[in-house]
Amino acid sequence: MTLLSLENLTVRRGECPVVDHVSLSVRAGECVGLIGPNGAGKTTLMRAALGLESFSGMSNLAGMNAVERARMAAFLPQARQIAWPMTVETLVALGRVPHLPRGTKPGDADRAAIDEALHRLGLDGFRHRIATQLSGGEQGRVLIARALAQQTPLLLADEPIAGLDPAQQIATMQVFSGLAQEGRAVVVSLHDLGLAARHCTRLVLMHLGRLVADGPPEQVLTPDLMAQVFGISIWRQDSPLGPVLQPMGVL
Amino acid sequence: MVSMNLCTDQLAMLLADEGQLISVSHIAFDPLASPMVEEAGKYPANYGQAEEVFAMRPDMVLAGVYSDPYTIGLLRRLGVDVVQFPLERDFDAIRANILKMGEVLGRESAARRMVAQFDADLAAFEADVAEQPTALLHYANNYTSGDKSLAHEILRAAGLVNATTEAGITVAGAVPLERLVLLMPDLVISGQAYPGASRAEEVLDHPALRRLRERQAGAALTDAEWVCGTPFVLRAVARLVDIRKRM
Amino acid sequence: MALRVSLFLALGVLFTLSVMIGPAGLSLADTIRALFLGQGDAATLVMREIRLPRAILAVLVGASLGLSGAAMQGYLRNPLAEPGLIGVSGSAALGAVIVLQTGLAAAWWLALPMAALAGALAAVLLILLLAGPRGSSLTLILAGIAISALAGAMTTLVLNLSPNPFAASEVVFWMMGSLSDRSFDHVWIALPFMVIGWSLLLSLGRPLDVLTLGEDAAATMGVETRRVRMLLVLGIASCVGAATAVAGAIGFVGLVVPHILRPFVGARPSSLLWASALGGAVMVLAADLAVRLILPERDLKLGVLMAIIGAPFFLHLIYKTRGELR
Repeated sequence: MTLLSLENLTVRRGECPVVDHVSLSVRAGECVGLIGPNGAGKTTLMRAALGLESFSGMSNLAGMNAVERARMAAFLPQARQIAWPMTVETLVALGRVPHLPRGTKPGDADRAAIDEALHRLGLDGFRHRIATQLSGGEQGRVLIARALAQQTPLLLADEPIAGLDPAQQIATMQVFSGLAQEGRAVVVSLHDLGLAARHCTRLVLMHLGRLVADGPPEQVLTPDLMAQVFGISIWRQDSPLGPVLQPMGVL
Repeated sequence: MVSMNLCTDQLAMLLADEGQLISVSHIAFDPLASPMVEEAGKYPANYGQAEEVFAMRPDMVLAGVYSDPYTIGLLRRLGVDVVQFPLERDFDAIRANILKMGEVLGRESAARRMVAQFDADLAAFEADVAEQPTALLHYANNYTSGDKSLAHEILRAAGLVNATTEAGITVAGAVPLERLVLLMPDLVISGQAYPGASRAEEVLDHPALRRLRERQAGAALTDAEWVCGTPFVLRAVARLVDIRKRM
Repeated sequence: MALRVSLFLALGVLFTLSVMIGPAGLSLADTIRALFLGQGDAATLVMREIRLPRAILAVLVGASLGLSGAAMQGYLRNPLAEPGLIGVSGSAALGAVIVLQTGLAAAWWLALPMAALAGALAAVLLILLLAGPRGSSLTLILAGIAISALAGAMTTLVLNLSPNPFAASEVVFWMMGSLSDRSFDHVWIALPFMVIGWSLLLSLGRPLDVLTLGEDAAATMGVETRRVRMLLVLGIASCVGAATAVAGAIGFVGLVVPHILRPFVGARPSSLLWASALGGAVMVLAADLAVRLILPERDLKLGVLMAIIGAPFFLHLIYKTRGELR
């Protein structure tokens, strides 16, 4: 089923369209990698889709009421903010708020969701640690766990693996692709084309606000498109370990 | 003569001959402080500034002992004769000041007549009654005037007992409201509030005092007649006697 | 749980002491008899009309200020935010003073709290405009300095222009705050606005928790940021306006109390709201008690004690966070 549906989404800032007539549709089971150079409009696209920015066009999420949307889609913003020195468990538990009507306390289902999210991100031993005292990478994982605890069919993540070490990057991408395999949908924006090739079922390439390519990785990660959009040359090969891609040089 | 002080203003206005008094202080025009606002209207006001007063070329300046010493010093250096009158804290002081004013103005016989009238009016009050109700003097900021004050004498002349001095609080100053309320006076005599508002005066209408006033017949307020030692204090005494009789 | 119990206990003890201690020098037995049974005319008057409203007002004012501080810090995600410091109390005082000096307050009892509320509202809106949640600490403090200075200057001006000879020297009361000679009149003026303020702010518990993650994340988790902002502004204006109208501008409560209690509630903004309300009440009660014990014959202003405790605390906070001040 279609979880995200965008039609002719356009965001203007002043004269220039930051997002230019983008139509996109994401179904359950897909792990979509959103790629493109800086300034391509990836972040703005996500934010507009969620109704955080004004736009013209149609977004199924933006049209929902706040609570419905919160149960439909979880968002991981690019800026990692943890304002207060709470424990990891408390922070992750915040993900359950959209499911708790006013005045109700978390129940068994909520605790189970929190436990699962912590486990999936390898944070079992971190439950009672103060989140603000953790390393940047660990904090990133805590915030992802929060989004997971929200247990939404759709997850939108804006550069979630930036600043993580290689193991954490791979593990996180594996979490996302795992979610997709379980029947959810994930849209992740990222700069690492190699990881995008290996873990995403579908890539969406943006350039100057427009959607330039949309399809499986081997269809999008062609030398021509990479040269055209990123200005780089690439080396790509299908290996026994899966597709391997490495940006080689600047054109 | 130029008068720079509210109390000398009044005595001068009462005793002076035509043309003797040429100016009174601006406070004489404040209805909350001066019972002679109408009479004061006949004279130009002064603000007690040396230059201003000197420009009027008076033969003599009437002031109080607490008038600005710099102003008075300056006037004296300019060759003006300044006579200072002490503060009136009791009825003897009132008599003394009336006679002194008469002497200064050259109206001794008029002064003597005024003192005689004062004594006669005072004697007319039946002040020695067996039942002397207690009265509390209450001003803004919980201020009370102690036993060396004109207000205290006015109370006594009206046959009332000063609640605070009875309880041993003889000094003038602010007393916590609690202690004042504990005195449970039969009569609460309050200061009057100025226009505009101030927190200092809010306490005049405190609910605790409202309860106390419920038991008394008639609002007792101090006003312009209480401020200076003049024959007008007897009007204040008369009003209090009236209230006392109705209790 | 333990925190709530100990705060309530402290509140109970301080309230009792507050009612028992005073210049009237009543014995414990007299106090109890007067308060509950109405025996002894003088003692009853003192207890019921002077001490009881003062203690109640201390609790109300303290709770309102503590709660407002916690709410403001939660929303701005800044531990330095406090209604007193950033000019909200000062503006409320200006509103109150204007309405008192023009005689409007005497004509209509609601004029006083509403004018104070309006003053507080204007300040909060200005602060959010200048240094909203995306603003830096620096902008916040600077905006606060400017608003405080302006409000203070205007208040002094209005009082100096008053026909009342006492008014000019009362700047101290408005700037520093005091609970002396308060009565149930003041309790009834302030209470409805405080109750409204409390209910508005306490309803923001969960949204403030979620805002820990930032505005964007919160918006996608069901928090209606516009509604939250409006409730916050009205709630703070109501609480601080009412408190200032009857007790003058009392600062530092909303800064010190949430900061001290934050570790005890696991830094959760929602828990901190309740805790700060109780803690604020405890703090103001304690301060009012101290003020009466230290200099019983003079009216030592409450704000003086708050500043003596709060200002060094504030300096310490600035020092601690100086690396993080963006």
